Amino acid sequence: MNNNSTGKMQMQADKQIALAGNPNSGKTTLFNELTGSRQHVGNYPGITVEKKQGTCIQDGYKINIVDLPGIYSLSAYSIEEVVARDFLINEKPNAVIDIVDASNLERNLYLTIQFLELGIPLCIALNMMDEAETRGMRIDEKRLSRILGVAVIPTVARSAKGKDQLMAAVMEMMSHNKEYTPLEISYGSDVDSALLTMIKEIITADFLTERYAARWTALKYLENDAQMIAAGQEKNPVLSARLLKIREKLARHLKDTLDTYPEAMIADSRYGYINAILKQGVVQYSHDENKLYLSDKIDKFVIHRFSGPLIMTAVLVGLYQFTFAYSEAPIKWIEAFFEWVHAMAASALPPGLLQSLVVSGIIDGVGGVLGFVPLIMFMFLGISILEDSGYIARVAFMLDRVFRMFGLHGNSVMPYIVSGGIAGGCAVPGVMAARTLKSQKERLATLLTVPFMNCGAKLPVFAMLISAFFVNHKAQIMFAITAISWAMALLAAKFLRLTVIKGESTPFVMELPPYRLPTVKGLFIHTWERTWQYIKKAGTVILGISILVWAMMTFPQLPEEKELMFAQEQLAMHSAYPAAVANELSIKIDQKKLSSAAQALKKKLSHIEGKRAEAALRHSLAGRFGIAIEGISKWAGFDWRTNIALVGGFAAKEVIVSTLGIAYSLADIDTEAFDSLSETLAHSPNWNPLAAFSLMLFVLFYAPCFITVVTIARESGSWKWGFFSMVFNTIIAFMISVVVFQAGSFLGIGIRP
Amino acid sequence: MNRIKMREMDDNQKGVISAIKVAGELGRRIRDMGLIPGTEIKIKGRAPLYDPIVLQVKKYILALRNSEAEHIMVDVDEQ
Ligand SMILES: Nc1nc2c(ncn2[C@@H]2O[C@H](COP(=O)(O)OP(=O)(O)OP(=O)(O)O)[C@@H](O)[C@H]2O)c(=O)[nH]1
Ligand SMILES: [Mg+2]
Repeated sequence: MNNNSTGKMQMQADKQIALAGNPNSGKTTLFNELTGSRQHVGNYPGITVEKKQGTCIQDGYKINIVDLPGIYSLSAYSIEEVVARDFLINEKPNAVIDIVDASNLERNLYLTIQFLELGIPLCIALNMMDEAETRGMRIDEKRLSRILGVAVIPTVARSAKGKDQLMAAVMEMMSHNKEYTPLEISYGSDVDSALLTMIKEIITADFLTERYAARWTALKYLENDAQMIAAGQEKNPVLSARLLKIREKLARHLKDTLDTYPEAMIADSRYGYINAILKQGVVQYSHDENKLYLSDKIDKFVIHRFSGPLIMTAVLVGLYQFTFAYSEAPIKWIEAFFEWVHAMAASALPPGLLQSLVVSGIIDGVGGVLGFVPLIMFMFLGISILEDSGYIARVAFMLDRVFRMFGLHGNSVMPYIVSGGIAGGCAVPGVMAARTLKSQKERLATLLTVPFMNCGAKLPVFAMLISAFFVNHKAQIMFAITAISWAMALLAAKFLRLTVIKGESTPFVMELPPYRLPTVKGLFIHTWERTWQYIKKAGTVILGISILVWAMMTFPQLPEEKELMFAQEQLAMHSAYPAAVANELSIKIDQKKLSSAAQALKKKLSHIEGKRAEAALRHSLAGRFGIAIEGISKWAGFDWRTNIALVGGFAAKEVIVSTLGIAYSLADIDTEAFDSLSETLAHSPNWNPLAAFSLMLFVLFYAPCFITVVTIARESGSWKWGFFSMVFNTIIAFMISVVVFQAGSFLGIGIRP
Repeated sequence: MNRIKMREMDDNQKGVISAIKVAGELGRRIRDMGLIPGTEIKIKGRAPLYDPIVLQVKKYILALRNSEAEHIMVDVDEQ
């Protein structure tokens, strides 16, 4: 055994590389090329920024690679910036690959300069060289490398060009164990002299020097960096106050003399430094700089005042159709599969608690959750296409004005539509679609309000109530429901942004990246990893809650003497008919071939079974709860039966119809029972169109189904918001239903004479 | 030469940024995106509801709200 080489192996295995750079510069594409399928996605603790990690084998060694979120600068305003900066400073990766979009060299170098000011082991991947070329740019990377003092490797991440040279340069860099001294540039004499004073104080007091170079700390103080100042305040409040005083003095001086701010001076100096570099023959343009490129030509239509909104509508409706139409078949397969497992388990296990737990609790629960998988996959595929091609930024641009009025963001439109903005969506992928929003407050407000939309699971409830009470106004009622859901969601968002999530809207300033053709590999990886995250969740939390809801609707069970009573009743019914008839029931499965006597018996038996199920439901925890709150719920027009159904609806909104059926003693609520339920309600003295409408509004707005709640908790990074959505939505729904029901009753609208 | 706010510029008008009159996060974002004094810009148009604005800065396209363009002073040629 060669000791030396194992030792080297060990050391190398610990190496970590970070990929950093501007948004859309090609980090993830390069990451995918480097790691292939050896990657996984997680979240940074407590926040929702995706953390992509993978490994790559280079020269026989295993190297960890982290794909950092795209940033424009090393300030600490956006959560992406904080994540990237903290990673670079705290985790101290052995090498940082700065992916620079060569076609936008100047602005990309602004971040590069800040990396150099931080003093980290840097290697530049000069990416998008193909685009730079078509734009007539000729870049002398050797010269750039010499001036910056770091390796610069031209790459085209999309076709893996330059990947090997890049990795060779990185390996070479990691093999020297050298110290990286921060780049020092001049920010003008005023700033420089303030900086010097501060550095002296920082070094004397050994202030934060274990984490940051003194110059970096001073620079961040001058830039008024909230995160740095908070850290300093904690460490040494006296010195921190002194540093702030120096900053203040400088700020006042700059305001008086040049009418500018320290952070502006610093930024301008960085750009000045970059310009000086570029002027040394690094870039040459071979043709007209003002030429219109393909992207500009496309934009002439795509964001045009008239054709823009039309195209956008077509794209959004198309995305919706794509998601829901294509996922229909796979969803059916999954459902059929779980029905089969359901039937298998039901026949394999003896009737009783265990059967009920496995069949109704576990199999139906997991089946219900996995049924969403095709939906989530297709939606993320669609969204990935829009994201990678650059279209999503145009949507945000065109709709910003509208959504901003409600404290949201132009990109909120996608989650809303997917959740049911066009009737029949689903809030689970909708909440996940809110990932396209980069501004945190707007994003939270969006994902908390999308459950108000008219999702597909609410439709059977509406359909049943409409056919019972509004047969002649089906289309109008459906349209009204969708319109009301939009209005409510937007108003709720506004309310949230004025109260619990209040604060200035995040600055919009953003880039409309050039249109690019997405790569199949990128789309595939992106779609799969998001879907996988959802499936993993289904295996754990969601299974637990599904069993909990099952237990609530099953326990406590009917006392034995009651069960006995129903059994005896059925027995008596059997013996009232000739034995041949009863026999017929036990062998023939086909309904139509039964004799009329046997059919009559079957009906009576199922009537008794229905009564038993109703009694059992009434006896269960959910039933008792429903009865207990009848005193309050009747303000909105709901009796205990409705209450139980609404509790069941927390598992999935479709369950409302079947539970209501059980509560009305309609056993086996499947096909015909749907009609019989709506008939039963239509003739029940407890019901009238007003109560039905009030229930429809309640179903539209009350607590999201638990799968959505879990998704909200996950996507917002905190269970707090999951619970909040349950309570907040239920309160709103109840208030609306009470107002509608009471006003209607008072005015005599929708009640029976 | 005429000094006006960016939000007052017409579609397709060109100009050179002369000052960014805002500090804090917004000022920071504006500068991070390459909008600093001396930069040439061209207004490419406005969103369907006349807000935000699209502009070309060097080789890339930026969008910002009217309320944000309010803080950016631009030198334009007399019309
Ligand atoms: N022409 C060209 N396109 C590229 C190149 N590298 C990446 N792209 C494309 O650029 C787009 C953005 O690439 P991503 O890898 O998603 O960029 P990113 O840096 O991860 O972006 P964020 O995650 O938003 O920060 C995709 O459509 C890629 O296919 C390249 O070298 N040349
Ligand atoms: Mg990426």
